[in-house]
Amino acid sequence: MAETILKEKESGKEKRKLFEFGKKERRLLTDPLDDDNPITVQVLGVCSALAVTTLIYPSFVMTVAVIFVLAFSNLFTSMLRTRIPKSVRMIVQLVIVATLVTIVELILKAASFTVYKQLSVFIGLIITNCIIMGRLEAFGMANKPWPSFLDGIGNGLGYGAILLIVGLFRELFGKGTLFAGSPFGTLQLIGPTPDYMINTTATSGIGSWFSWYQPNGLMVLSVAAMFLIAGIIWIQRTRNAKLIDVS
Amino acid sequence: MRDTTKYIVTFVLIMTVVVALILAGMNTALKPIHDLNEAVYNKKSVLLSISDEFDTPVNDMSAQEVQDIFDTQIDNVVIDAEGNVVEGVNADEVLLETEYKKPKAEQRYPLYIYNKDDGSKIYIISVRGQGLWDAIWGSLALEEDLNTVAGASFDHAGETPGLGAEIKDNPTFPESFEGKKIYNDQGNLTSIEVVKGIIQQPEHQVEAISGATITMNGVTAMLERGLENYQPYFEKIQEQ
Repeated sequence: MAETILKEKESGKEKRKLFEFGKKERRLLTDPLDDDNPITVQVLGVCSALAVTTLIYPSFVMTVAVIFVLAFSNLFTSMLRTRIPKSVRMIVQLVIVATLVTIVELILKAASFTVYKQLSVFIGLIITNCIIMGRLEAFGMANKPWPSFLDGIGNGLGYGAILLIVGLFRELFGKGTLFAGSPFGTLQLIGPTPDYMINTTATSGIGSWFSWYQPNGLMVLSVAAMFLIAGIIWIQRTRNAKLIDVS
Repeated sequence: MRDTTKYIVTFVLIMTVVVALILAGMNTALKPIHDLNEAVYNKKSVLLSISDEFDTPVNDMSAQEVQDIFDTQIDNVVIDAEGNVVEGVNADEVLLETEYKKPKAEQRYPLYIYNKDDGSKIYIISVRGQGLWDAIWGSLALEEDLNTVAGASFDHAGETPGLGAEIKDNPTFPESFEGKKIYNDQGNLTSIEVVKGIIQQPEHQVEAISGATITMNGVTAMLERGLENYQPYFEKIQEQ
């Protein structure tokens, strides 16, 4: 009798363990946002953070795509981790990542052809994003599927947060707009209106308050993202002293 | 056990087959949607060059609306390098990408003729060239006099967002082509040039987007080449 109760308890514990969401799991999601941010602390994926952040909308779609690919590649790698031969593990990881990226590309092409056209190059480049291979090697290969999945989402969010901050600054000061090219319409916030070629400015609304602003051409170049990311790292380390000796 | 050659080969083979099946299956299943999207997208880019003619913005049109305009108001013609009309070919099937690789004498070009409600016509030619990173292409619409530009639209495969990609993303760039002339006063084809800085011939030049010099030079070269291709045909219809 006592034995069966113990067994039931154990099996119940097993079940809970599979999709447990305790303090440890929450940290998997929140740590990459600050203390263990893939871009500013692990310094991975900087290449794409410089390339796609000229506008905020492509940054957003990129974030969603990376979260999807990172979460599921981490999940699949973790599920196969005891079966993957050591000598070909990088190739196996690459195949998993490439398959998921191709799936994202095929779905996007069917669902929204214009967005696909805008982003096609960047979507393909997710395969080469260092964060993904880095997380698969560092986490997916050594942990159970559920924590790996959460780790993928967490790191994707951490990557996306930096991407969106950088994209926000670059679009606002480089172009004077927000969400240009998105299906929700473009917000013209500062600087001359899009009709700048005939040199007119908005006469009413928020656009008219800052119409004197001259869009900063530097912000459109990748260099600006470098400065912005450096600025974010600076602020983050001033605020969070324990990061200073980490790298 | 995991490190024997036999295991590695089996693992890789199974993985390859599974991945290939998944991707091939998805691609086949989604192919009809992809093809439809692509056809509508190409037709929209032709319509974008004459977007002033429509009440609804071209990008908001449904696939059916685009198809209706093509069925009722647009004649498509295919011409060869000598300016003769080639019968029995649909302009949608003539891709400049493959045509430009053939010898000049065998090249064919698609031409769309939009019949306005008042009976006049707009000729829409297709152009293609090279930008900074990859191909750029577009449509140039000419009024019935075959000299005045009615509109233009551009697209690209991979220009830099915020710089070269502005040829598509910034509506003021294609708009600046409207009203320009492709022939000078002596009747020679001058095409339209994209220039940095001060415009000296306002009839034949448009202002460049700064920071995108190579894409801008690509646009100039692409328009020149494109217009030269259609010139024999235009001369023929003007003689009539």
